[in-house]
Amino acid sequence: MKSEFTLKLDRCKGCGICVNFCPKKVLELDTLGKVVVARPEDCIACGQCELRCPDYAIFVDKIKEANLGARD
Amino acid sequence: MIERSYEKFFRQNRLPHLWCPGCGNGIVMKAIVQAIEKKGWTQDNTVIVSGIGCSSRASGYMDFDTLHTAHGRAIPFATGIKLANPALNVVVITGDGDCTAIGGNHFIHGCRRNIDLNVILFNNNIYGMTGGQASPTTPLGKKATTAPYGSIDPPFDACNLAIAAGATFVARSTAFHVQHLVNMISNSFDNNGFSFVEALVQCPTSFGRKNKFPTPASMMQWFKDNAAMKPTEGKFTIGVLHSDTAVSYNDAYYDLISRTCC
Repeated sequence: MKSEFTLKLDRCKGCGICVNFCPKKVLELDTLGKVVVARPEDCIACGQCELRCPDYAIFVDKIKEANLGARD
Repeated sequence: MIERSYEKFFRQNRLPHLWCPGCGNGIVMKAIVQAIEKKGWTQDNTVIVSGIGCSSRASGYMDFDTLHTAHGRAIPFATGIKLANPALNVVVITGDGDCTAIGGNHFIHGCRRNIDLNVILFNNNIYGMTGGQASPTTPLGKKATTAPYGSIDPPFDACNLAIAAGATFVARSTAFHVQHLVNMISNSFDNNGFSFVEALVQCPTSFGRKNKFPTPASMMQWFKDNAAMKPTEGKFTIGVLHSDTAVSYNDAYYDLISRTCC
């Protein structure tokens, strides 16, 4: 996983803008209509969701390789 | 998570805001605070003035010195602030009904005087707060609660109105083109004179529901498909539409005082 998601779900209103503009279809809305990260491994950390979220509810940070811990 | 630097410009205890799910106002409000941050303005030298309407609620969420004024009268209040203390950076947040209908006269005379204000128009093509009545910018044929068979009133083009009235910087962008919008707003801050930025925003509740835009994302997709950086047939133009230099009202006013007062 190359990206770290922070969801502020008390701000999310479930408008679906992030779901629609995600180029990798990483996000979905759950049964309560709030955003969930369904396929985090597909995320390329482009930040389109964060850019257009009208409620400032989703944040994506790139994790540097060094911070991922020991990897072979 | 790395804390976003623009979050300090929001009144955190007021969030989440009360705009409808999918409303574009939140996107433009973030673009304004990012432009302010980019320009290096602080909470002590920036004043946000807004009128009445959905868009004008933004002043309540922004942690600056803010003024929520009478309907259509944001520009006169802002003029007073700017003339009393020219060191302040004044940003006016207004909506299409606020700016071009009840405040239309103040708007054109603000442009005419070329006062050093930065007016950001949130244009959602409808009166959202009062239930979706047709506004002066509702496109021909689009439906509203007061135009159930489609609007027959030719709409205003607010940018052309501002250019004709004498504004020295006029630009347009949309809620889809967020980075472009931030650039347009920060460019407007550089202009010494009346700067006008029209930000097209989606209103999924009052406009989209009646005009075959079933989701907020479908309206943003429409902005994406129909905006062009250069004049194109059948599309609307975004970008800097007019840039000019003229003596700003502040300079003329303080020059007059220095010449006539003993």
